Amino acid sequence: MKAALRNPVDFSQFPDANGHFDRYGGRFVAETLMEALHELNEAWRDCRNDPEFLAELDADLAHYVGRPSPLYYAERWSRQLGGARIYLKREDLNHTGAHKINNTVGQALLAKRMGKTRLIAETGAGQHGVASATVAARLGMECVVYMGAEDIQRQALNVYRMRLLGATVQPVTSGSRTLKDALNEALRDWVANVDNTFYMIGTVAGPHPYPLMVREFQAVIGREAREQMLSEYNVLPDALVACVGGGSNAIGLFHPFLNDSEVAIYGVEAAGSGIDTGRHAATLCAGQPGVLHGNRTYLLNDEHGQITETHSVSAGLDYPGVGPEHAWLKDIGRAQYVAITDDEALQGFHDLTRAEGIIPALESSHALAYVTKLAPTMRPDQSIVVNLSGRGDKDIYTVAALEGIQL
Amino acid sequence: MNRITHRFQELRRAGRKVLIPYITAGDPHPELTVPMLHALVAAGADIIELGVPFSDPMADGPVIQKACERALAQGMTPRRVLELVREFRQIDAQTPLVLMGYLNPIERMGHAAFVAAARDAGVDGVLTVDLPPEEAAEPIELMSAAGIAPIFLVAPTSSVERIRRTAQLAQGYLYYVSLKGVTGSAALNVAEVAEKLATIRACTDLPLGVGFGIKDPPTAAAVARIADAVVVGSALVAKMHELADDPERMRREVAAQLAAMRQAMDQAGMPTAFAG
Repeated sequence: MKAALRNPVDFSQFPDANGHFDRYGGRFVAETLMEALHELNEAWRDCRNDPEFLAELDADLAHYVGRPSPLYYAERWSRQLGGARIYLKREDLNHTGAHKINNTVGQALLAKRMGKTRLIAETGAGQHGVASATVAARLGMECVVYMGAEDIQRQALNVYRMRLLGATVQPVTSGSRTLKDALNEALRDWVANVDNTFYMIGTVAGPHPYPLMVREFQAVIGREAREQMLSEYNVLPDALVACVGGGSNAIGLFHPFLNDSEVAIYGVEAAGSGIDTGRHAATLCAGQPGVLHGNRTYLLNDEHGQITETHSVSAGLDYPGVGPEHAWLKDIGRAQYVAITDDEALQGFHDLTRAEGIIPALESSHALAYVTKLAPTMRPDQSIVVNLSGRGDKDIYTVAALEGIQL
Repeated sequence: MNRITHRFQELRRAGRKVLIPYITAGDPHPELTVPMLHALVAAGADIIELGVPFSDPMADGPVIQKACERALAQGMTPRRVLELVREFRQIDAQTPLVLMGYLNPIERMGHAAFVAAARDAGVDGVLTVDLPPEEAAEPIELMSAAGIAPIFLVAPTSSVERIRRTAQLAQGYLYYVSLKGVTGSAALNVAEVAEKLATIRACTDLPLGVGFGIKDPPTAAAVARIADAVVVGSALVAKMHELADDPERMRREVAAQLAAMRQAMDQAGMPTAFAG
């Protein structure tokens, strides 16, 4: 039982049957949704071990999404940083340009099995909205995407992509008009249309079973990365790095490595203008435990428990909560959570673009910026796997505007 | 005995149904809340649900969302809501008062501190919209010890098994959400509600309140025929917002709106022998 000694926690046993990661997770929704969550949980439990469902999912991931995604050795960038070897898990090469599609392909198959005819989703940067509209188009299902009015301004390109795909993009003007309000509005829609509607949550947050289900759909990232490291280099990486907003790309990479206690894990949050300025979205670094959007987790809120507005240059990280499993991993010390400012992320964006000819999403650029700090502290025989969770085409207007360039 | 249970028994003996108005604390202005509560009592309120504003009211429709935003913009906090309750209690020691809100502000204060402060202020019940009974063991224990009724929702989607389990943990009354939707949604279907209430009654002896979608005296009367209590919120909150610039008129008209429901319910509640 050497492994048991090394790993006092068996991570595959979490969450429990009611979605608890110790004190985090759970189901905190109004009564009307409780039965819908039980129904979803049962459908999901039936599917996750059903060979037919899994074969269909694998086929979609291979032929529609384009998996497995490459694990690319960023040789030139590694040399420039002068430390560990850096490997990029290329989720940016997936269909629709980010990791989000791994989850929507899976949830869409589940929705079809459950006989639902209408898909709803929330979106921040628009990547999950696009990934939802994409699978809805493919299945010929109605799709409504809730998006904060502020984010619609910031992400015109993705809004148009969703409309091209036949989705209705519903602007949300309540509250702070961003991702958290889009989630509230999607939950309200689900309550009213619970009979025919499937709610595709885009991250590892929300009420049970979403944090578990989305993790399982995204864990293909880490399973592949682990196999690729072992088969191509015969070694596990020394460190993993991924950005954390809600945390789905990060948990997708991290989860298959959790029981490998020798692998260090770093989640990178958005420090915005700097944590001390109050304008940030670094929930785990600067928040406290609380309850929002159906789960207990770390939150950014004021002393009276009101959720506070967040800021990040990257709309996809602009969220005041975080997946409950991350909250738990932080508390037990299995993962470390750090934060990167807007300016540092922009530098990471440019660094990778120039060093490797890959334009990363601003979300992923937070992870890259942390790698520029971490890699030089490591030896050349050590390695880092960083999740390049999305491509940066959607962000070039934001980057250009910040640099005073009009396109 | 808790004031809520006492009030239900009192009205049952009198052959009348319980009318429960809801307003959001601090909307349209913190200073108007306590006078409005007294006006509601004078207009026929038997129990009052006082909303504790939250930044992310997921189960509420636009009317109460906006009310929360206005109240928060004026600095409403859970502790200030409890101060308003204390102020109300200086004049009215009889009318049961139920706080309705969301979990995070309570968690931030801490369950024990919240329950102690609520008891001291004179709160009789707490309905936490996003706290289902299976996650509520600690709050239920604390509230019960303090003589505060934990109130829970039952929905059209709730199974008989869930209703039974919820009824075992709930005190005061069960709040039946009359439709699949948020507060202030389109009109409810009385026949469907009646059918579900029959199912719920077979599971519990607790009084049954019905809310969401009750906008006018005829609906209030129709629901009063089948339920023990009628909850009305968005219709009042919308009227308060409309008349926010003229507090005197606001109190008068909102009271009149509630009084019309009271009257319609009392007529509906008359035994048929008298009506004929």
